[in-house]
Amino acid sequence: MSQKQYWSGPEELNNINANLEVAGDEFKEELPFDLSDSMFGATTPRRDFLKFLGFSTLAATLVASCEMPVRKAIPYAIKPEDIVPGVPNYYASTFVDGGDYCPIVIKTRDGRPIKVEGNDMSSITHGGTSARVQASVLNLYDKARIRHPHADGAEATFDAIDRMVKEGIGGKPGYLVTASILSPTTKEIITQFLAKFPNIKHIVYDAYSYSGMLLANEVCYGKRTLPSYHFDKANTIVSIGADFLGTWIAPIEYAKAYSKGRKISARNIKLSKHYQVEALQTITGGAADERATCKPSEMGAVAVALYNAIANGAQPSLSSPKLNSLVTKAAADLKKGNGLVVGSSNDVNIQTVINAINDSIGANGVTVNWVTTSNYKQGIDKDMADMIAAMEAGTVGSVFMHGVNPVYDYFDNKKFTAALAKVPVTVSFADRMDETAQKCKFVIPDHNYLESWGDAEPKPNYFSLMQPGIAPLFKTRAIQDTLLTWAGATTTYADFWKDYWMKKLGSQEAFDKALQDGIVEPAGEMPNGGVKFAGNVGDAVGKIQAKKGGGAIELVVYQKIAIGHGGAWSNNPWLLEMPDPITRTVWDNYLCVSPKRAKELDAELNGFSEVDTKKRVVTIKGADGYTVNMPVIAVPGMHNDVVAIAVGYGRDAKVGRAAASDATKGGKNAYPFMSFNGLTMEHHSVVTVAKTEDKYEVAVIQTHNSYEARPVVHEYTLEEFKKDPNVLLKERGKEIAEFTHDPWIEEGKEAKEPIIDSNSEEGYREHGTMYPNYPYEGVKWGMSIDLNTCIGCGACVVGCQAENNISVVGKDHALKAHEMHWIRIDRYFSGMPNDPDTIQTVFQPMLCQHCDNAPCENVCPVSATNHSSEGLNQMAYNRCIGTKYCANNCPYKVRHFNWMDWNGADCFADNIYEDGRRDDMNDDLTRMVLNPDVTVRSRGVMEKCTFCVQRLQEAKLAAKKENHPMKDGAAKTACQQACPTDAIMFGNVKDKESNIFKLRKQEQMERTFYVLEHIHTLPNINYLAKIRNTEEIDALDENKNEFLKYHI
Amino acid sequence: MYRICFRGIFTLVTVLLLGHVTAFADPDGKALFMSNCASCHNPLKDATGPALQNIDKSFPDKEWGYNWVHNSAKVIASGDKTANDIYNKFNKTAMTAFPQLSNAEIDAILNYVDNVKAPPPPDNGKQVPSGEQPAETNGWLYTIITLSLLVLVVILWRANQGLKRAANDVEGTPNEKEIPLYRSKFVIAFVSIILFIMAGYWLVNGAVNEGRQQNYQPLQPVFYSHKVHAGVNQINCLYCHAGAEKSRQAMIPSTNICMNCHKQINSYTGDPLKTAEGKEVNANEQIQNLYKYAGWDPVKKDYNRDAAGNILATPIQWVKIHNLPDHVYFNHSQHVKVGQVQCQRCHGPIQEMDEVYQFAPLSMGWCINCHRQTEVQFTNNKYYDIFEKYHDEIKEGKRTGVTEAEMGGTECQKCHY
Repeated sequence: MSQKQYWSGPEELNNINANLEVAGDEFKEELPFDLSDSMFGATTPRRDFLKFLGFSTLAATLVASCEMPVRKAIPYAIKPEDIVPGVPNYYASTFVDGGDYCPIVIKTRDGRPIKVEGNDMSSITHGGTSARVQASVLNLYDKARIRHPHADGAEATFDAIDRMVKEGIGGKPGYLVTASILSPTTKEIITQFLAKFPNIKHIVYDAYSYSGMLLANEVCYGKRTLPSYHFDKANTIVSIGADFLGTWIAPIEYAKAYSKGRKISARNIKLSKHYQVEALQTITGGAADERATCKPSEMGAVAVALYNAIANGAQPSLSSPKLNSLVTKAAADLKKGNGLVVGSSNDVNIQTVINAINDSIGANGVTVNWVTTSNYKQGIDKDMADMIAAMEAGTVGSVFMHGVNPVYDYFDNKKFTAALAKVPVTVSFADRMDETAQKCKFVIPDHNYLESWGDAEPKPNYFSLMQPGIAPLFKTRAIQDTLLTWAGATTTYADFWKDYWMKKLGSQEAFDKALQDGIVEPAGEMPNGGVKFAGNVGDAVGKIQAKKGGGAIELVVYQKIAIGHGGAWSNNPWLLEMPDPITRTVWDNYLCVSPKRAKELDAELNGFSEVDTKKRVVTIKGADGYTVNMPVIAVPGMHNDVVAIAVGYGRDAKVGRAAASDATKGGKNAYPFMSFNGLTMEHHSVVTVAKTEDKYEVAVIQTHNSYEARPVVHEYTLEEFKKDPNVLLKERGKEIAEFTHDPWIEEGKEAKEPIIDSNSEEGYREHGTMYPNYPYEGVKWGMSIDLNTCIGCGACVVGCQAENNISVVGKDHALKAHEMHWIRIDRYFSGMPNDPDTIQTVFQPMLCQHCDNAPCENVCPVSATNHSSEGLNQMAYNRCIGTKYCANNCPYKVRHFNWMDWNGADCFADNIYEDGRRDDMNDDLTRMVLNPDVTVRSRGVMEKCTFCVQRLQEAKLAAKKENHPMKDGAAKTACQQACPTDAIMFGNVKDKESNIFKLRKQEQMERTFYVLEHIHTLPNINYLAKIRNTEEIDALDENKNEFLKYHI
Repeated sequence: MYRICFRGIFTLVTVLLLGHVTAFADPDGKALFMSNCASCHNPLKDATGPALQNIDKSFPDKEWGYNWVHNSAKVIASGDKTANDIYNKFNKTAMTAFPQLSNAEIDAILNYVDNVKAPPPPDNGKQVPSGEQPAETNGWLYTIITLSLLVLVVILWRANQGLKRAANDVEGTPNEKEIPLYRSKFVIAFVSIILFIMAGYWLVNGAVNEGRQQNYQPLQPVFYSHKVHAGVNQINCLYCHAGAEKSRQAMIPSTNICMNCHKQINSYTGDPLKTAEGKEVNANEQIQNLYKYAGWDPVKKDYNRDAAGNILATPIQWVKIHNLPDHVYFNHSQHVKVGQVQCQRCHGPIQEMDEVYQFAPLSMGWCINCHRQTEVQFTNNKYYDIFEKYHDEIKEGKRTGVTEAEMGGTECQKCHY
């Protein structure tokens, strides 16, 4: 164990007794058992017993005497040529949500999409995905989708609406408002539409906007666009508030590139250096080597200080010493070349200074690419403000809104709503009756992206095609078709699209290949280059310094990595139940505050303990009077004067059952806390926070699976690792070396320091146990997880959920620790909770370790869990009788029990669990998302990670059918495939040519460790130790800390 | 495209399957005809293609016939008059090329069709009694003997007891009081234990068999006889159940697969069909029934179509016979393609069933038993190359093969996940 001490949350540091109680309890809720002494005085007496006995006998008899139902096998009447029932088809397509972009492959079974994977052929994302991409297939089957077009709230035909719209469209000026558009054909259709109706103007509105960057780039480089960032080429990365691994612009692309610079081995000791300045704790801050916090109003000063430090070596004088030292160090590193500075501020001046820094360190053309730019974000906030002013003035005749929802996500939504009421023709293309669609006269629902033809151009000349995985489920129409119809064209969008691409690609063969590959990209390295910087830094610095602002408490409006800006994602139960990587909270939003601030707000309750689910509710009041009441969550690493609320919550009931919010559920809308500075939106504002007497339950799941502070993470500084690459092997040696041989053989040979090599691993396997050593033949599955590249984004969690039919349990049961995720991402902090600048974060994905000497297997009374000859820890659901002994005996806490009938898999009718929010998961429509190759588990059985055994079986079967040995990489687990940073590797460790074998035995031998190795569970998952490129790892003083004294 | 591909693969498979047979024997003309030609040709009357009986007499020469079969398009393209006449006569429907058929095989097919005789007109009620009577067993005899012996034992025992008592009376030794059998504690205990065990056995067996449907033979919406198709006409199982080599599901064919043959075969001329209850089935009615489902107009000889040109077919709602529980994963291709298991091993003598019934119990014990006994294609499939230990043992003669169980085939997560 490294010297560093980790804690999974403040509760481990402070609230010792309550936490120990929780960690020790098998059940989180009160159990309905009566433990009174006298049997007859009990509240559940003998009569009840007899009643239950009678009922169960009767039930058993009834079930047994039921006749077998007559089942039908209905083949196709005319079988489509390309469908073989039971064999999946894959179609390359593209995920697009506003400017969010990911080339994908849709997996369809018997004609319905059931899973989305990244497209490996893309040179932008290289097959990476995000939690939202993984969850997007569930949006297709969302019950809240509108099933037909509406006019004035009633069903109408497309023809009728077309007629009415065409009557009202001419004359007065109108607006077409869209989110950022990546599709070249859509842009062309919009051009045609605007040509036909010159009175209509197209504006782009992004709920979470990047206007400041776009405008600054226009001034500095003459291009109103975003550059491409090459994080892989950067030796020094400085982020001023940008959460580029989680939510900033294009996290999949950036995470993929970033991870290339974070891979390190004893043979190649080289690591990029990542500095992060931020106001709140993000996953990017967690991955950073050096991190300091400041208020959002100080971000400009930080950028200026960094600029000055680089330009003239000026000593920074910022609000904290850590900030000053970070800026000085960062400036020195940036000057060494291959630097990259990014910033999240939406202030034009700050972005101008950041551009100036990148220019002065020579980043342009190296890490910042101005030749191949990015189209991801195009929204200009000023256009939106101007449009609202025009609408208020009553001069606007029509508004068409696609992919936007300003009634919900515009900061002054009241003003927008009032202005919208003055427009005679209002049309929404929303897929559900969202807040804006409800206020519109006409709603013409667009297809889901999995039902659509389309394309995307994320970067100039880098294209990606979109093809449908299923015919439209409902009476919907592509917006392109709608615009074409209104523009008087007779062609359909599908034909238009095909003509466009046939013309562009030149031949049917090229078109077919492009459609099959899904991407059309120029060969070779991405063209790179810089542009001459023409910004006025002095002016920008002056404006930053002149800008007064800031307050005692500043609120940051941030996006959660799961549901992002809101939209349809707010109603996606997979995403709502995905634990936030930092707060580890599900289903609600809340006010993030620092532990110190939490104590001030709620001192008497120890309210910042994560053990107590009832959180203090506070009143947050914005500068313009917008007020919400919200529970408080203490987040170590938050600046003490900063609070933060996530957007995407507080939705209307018609957005969907999971999204619907009221006083008791669903969170609050944080968008109104944004402010407008006359040019761009600011994502932060000054607020006051006041305590109330209310409490509100928040489902924090971090404490649910406690290792009781047993060491599970290994972390070293780059210096330590450079000095002695064998440092981890020695540590492991201390723990297991004496068990690697028979004790009587080598007595008295203890001369040198024990160190682990591959022989001693075998020795430990053999001699560390009384059990005989099982000889594995042929195939043995193994996984490796790199803690250095795991960024905690949660794509694996949702990918696993989609692949393995994992149940959504809802908030009430999440509170009781009944969540079912097979893979979770544990986050550990180190440092002093009261000082946010000392906080360092480690993410550790934890899933069934498939121990070869598994503690769960030994205790199962019915042998429902046992070991396979391929090293899998198998779980036979129908053998399980639900004793839960296995879960209690599992040292990794990765087994999950089905406490309820989550999804109707029981044979009893009407037994299904319902809570009002997650119930749509059991709708016939939503159930189409289930993977037919994986059993839907019923109530009363244990489940856990299977290593995606259905995929392993499929890969083996494919090899057998093709008559060759299985190739390395033929079998991929869902988590591995979803991972945007390739942190997960999987394969047959018996195959000496496999990557996993080489990694364990050669390339990464020095960083390999097994969690809790000393208890001889022999896991089949190894981890690679985290190496942080920093001088010190912040440690707690264990003498001063009660908890650590108790445990260590 | 698909169909041509499929047919190509299918014929290839058939030929491969038959390949080793033909190495030793003359080609089987009937089998070849059934698997290659029967979907378009009838020996006696014109169908999609011409009637084949004595067609070789109309060929200009033998070589012409071979060329035609191997690639008719080429012969037509060469401008050959006979070829073009045939082509035009049959609505310019091109015949699938069979380059894989050897000349000997083509001769065998022609020989077979030339000798096919028109079946006699249906002759109701004169069916030859067929099928063997169940073999006589001597079980009842043994039972009677055993029972009489038991009765004899009881009589002798009673007599012995009586004599003993009489002797005691004579000798003056006091007799133990005789307890009637039904009050003897020993007997009561014995009987109740026996009853308990029997009841338990019955209960457990009943519970274990819950949901199993061996011998399940439901009525189907169309009286489709596997005996006629797979048995009498020797149609390869994979022709209809094409998924068996590719997929989990063997796949019930859609009606358009049926119509591949039934476009021409519109009447049944074989032995009369009977249901399991012995009721006569009008086979021609069943073919008409199929046409209704398939959307085929037998008079027009074309499909009924809607305005968009889609065939107006409705799927046949077959009653599913082989039901596995949801928590069981079974893959046909794993068994048929990889394991080279014959269909009949699980489905029984399907080629003799007029109405299909569930032959196997489909219980887990039944699966496991087979996995224990059956050897995998260990040396034939390169996938197994990685199991060096077993290969070494085979070389050393320590073993002859590797069973499925030794490959992990009895582990839970091979079928339950």
